[in-house]
Amino acid sequence: MHVFPFVVVAWILAVGLYGIVTSRHLVHQIVCLIVVQSSTYVLLLGVGYRTGAVAPYFFDIPGRTPAVDPVVQALALTDVVVEAAVTALLLAFAVQAHKRFGTLDPQELVQLKG
Amino acid sequence: MTPALRRWIFLAGAAGLVAFYLWGLVGLPGFGDYPGPYGDIINRIAVGQTNATGVVSAVNFEYRGIDTVGEEFILFVAAAGVSVVLRHLRSEREREALDEAREAPPTSDAVRYVALILTGPIVVFGWWLASHAQTSPSGGFQGGVVLTTAFVLIYLAGQFLAFQRISPTDLTEAVEAVGAGGFAAVGVGAVALGLAYLTNFLPLGSTPGGVFSSGTIALISFFVGIEVAAAFVLIVGELVEQTLLVREGTK
Repeated sequence: MHVFPFVVVAWILAVGLYGIVTSRHLVHQIVCLIVVQSSTYVLLLGVGYRTGAVAPYFFDIPGRTPAVDPVVQALALTDVVVEAAVTALLLAFAVQAHKRFGTLDPQELVQLKG
Repeated sequence: MTPALRRWIFLAGAAGLVAFYLWGLVGLPGFGDYPGPYGDIINRIAVGQTNATGVVSAVNFEYRGIDTVGEEFILFVAAAGVSVVLRHLRSEREREALDEAREAPPTSDAVRYVALILTGPIVVFGWWLASHAQTSPSGGFQGGVVLTTAFVLIYLAGQFLAFQRISPTDLTEAVEAVGAGGFAAVGVGAVALGLAYLTNFLPLGSTPGGVFSSGTIALISFFVGIEVAAAFVLIVGELVEQTLLVREGTK
């Protein structure tokens, strides 16, 4: 069984999580969250892949050509949109946190809140 | 909690995650052995049913169109949320934009020229992407984001003033509402004709893969492109505007 792409998924997920846990800067932490989410793109596309198949676009190829799963590709698109929305909101919160407390270090922010 | 303790707790949790992931991996079909059947079925029937050769767009805007309505409103709500979170606080006032123009280091000519040269082609490219969802790997989401970069380039090339002049907040919000509402309205149009919500009620065109084919798929993609572009211009504008704010007492 060929599992290398799924190992890559686990690796991206782990690296992102480690970054979130050890981060000393909110913007860095948000970027780490994006890394975590990137693992889901690889997973979705990996699940739908078939060896030797083409992209599911039948503009200039016969309709019977074996193609990869279009459903997971559409899901990956949803994933990207949600990620963009989440990132925008989190960055806005980071801006406000910096205005309010004068720091972007999550560990100092925890101490400020008591 | 000390950083060291935090790391140990994380490592314990990560070990459990790895165990469950490996367990789950055992049950997955190997990479490249896609078992189907949903993707295969849709690949077979989508072109005949919708006249769209881009099956991913057909899935997004037709087969699971109702999901995409929700997805679009996630973005809509996020843009509204960014506006709310970044609203002006009582202790803040906006620096005069003219002040900002004077204080900001001048944009280098290289940046300015490259941005100006790229703006036109990027608008065309974004529009092309948003209007070809039915034929090729593109669609409203991708096209909308590309259109937004045209606005960001204008911000890079000029000053914040120019960005504000071409994307006044009220107008951008109205355009965003038209995009989001247009998508929902296409679905309601089908209901008005006695069909299920988001049924493809427009003529499908004669040839698969034509720009004027695939009925509501092309129309929805167009509305999504408008909505996404406006939402991201709003978000970028709100974030950029923060650089203009000063807190009373600091300046």
